[in-house]
Amino acid sequence: MIPLTPVGLPHLIGLSGVLFTIGLVGVVTRRNILLVLLSLELLLNAANLAFVAFSRAQGDLSGQIMVFFVMIVAAAEVTVGLAITVLLSRHAGKLNADEIRNLKW
Amino acid sequence: MIHPLLFYTVSALITASALGVLLARRPIYAVLSLVLVLFGLSTLFVALHAFFVAAIQIVVYAGAVLVLFLFVVMLLDMAPEALLRDRNKTMMGVGVLFGLFFLGQLAGVARHLPAPSGREIPGTTAEIGRLLFTTYALPFEAASLLLLVGIIGAIVLAKKKL
Repeated sequence: MIPLTPVGLPHLIGLSGVLFTIGLVGVVTRRNILLVLLSLELLLNAANLAFVAFSRAQGDLSGQIMVFFVMIVAAAEVTVGLAITVLLSRHAGKLNADEIRNLKW
Repeated sequence: MIHPLLFYTVSALITASALGVLLARRPIYAVLSLVLVLFGLSTLFVALHAFFVAAIQIVVYAGAVLVLFLFVVMLLDMAPEALLRDRNKTMMGVGVLFGLFFLGQLAGVARHLPAPSGREIPGTTAEIGRLLFTTYALPFEAASLLLLVGIIGAIVLAKKKL
């Protein structure tokens, strides 16, 4: 097993994996669309942590630049996702992902 | 690399807040828990010498993306019954099993991590700026296009009448 100290790459990747798993369980189990989007943010942040950890371990800045791009993608995703959420609550009056079955309104 | 006390304190905070995002009944508490996760991650980024990433994590993520989430949570005014039927027990069980399986797979991968090269990161913000405008110039422009598409998409979707 990996020793508790010194803290190195495996610990950071472990934390990233735990964070990713929590986010994944959130995406699968939560039914409110807003909270599914929120759990998606957890997934992206777990990936960011892994990128930065590898960037530090390899002495390469590319990982940090990837984080920059991930943040841009997250921002675009959230803008459109939240617009759709607002639209769904306005037109369908509900936000439960199980109840929204038709793709047109 | 990182002081163990700092790492374990911050990772406990991050994990607890992430569980808060997962388990909170009210969306506003979930969003505020995610803010805590982001601040914890930002602390780790500083400890990993990724100062630029730590700064934009606070400014862009906590400052812009999550404020947008808060706006929408407060705008939507979710009815109490919508909150109650937020989750069902079988899905929760399946989800947790799925999560544990995934974590097991991930642990298998984590056993074969490449050894650290021992090189230091060459600089920080200035070097990132240089790379963004040389090696990563094309993805950088593509990202700006993506943001433009995102803005137009949000306006088209949210506006009642164009």
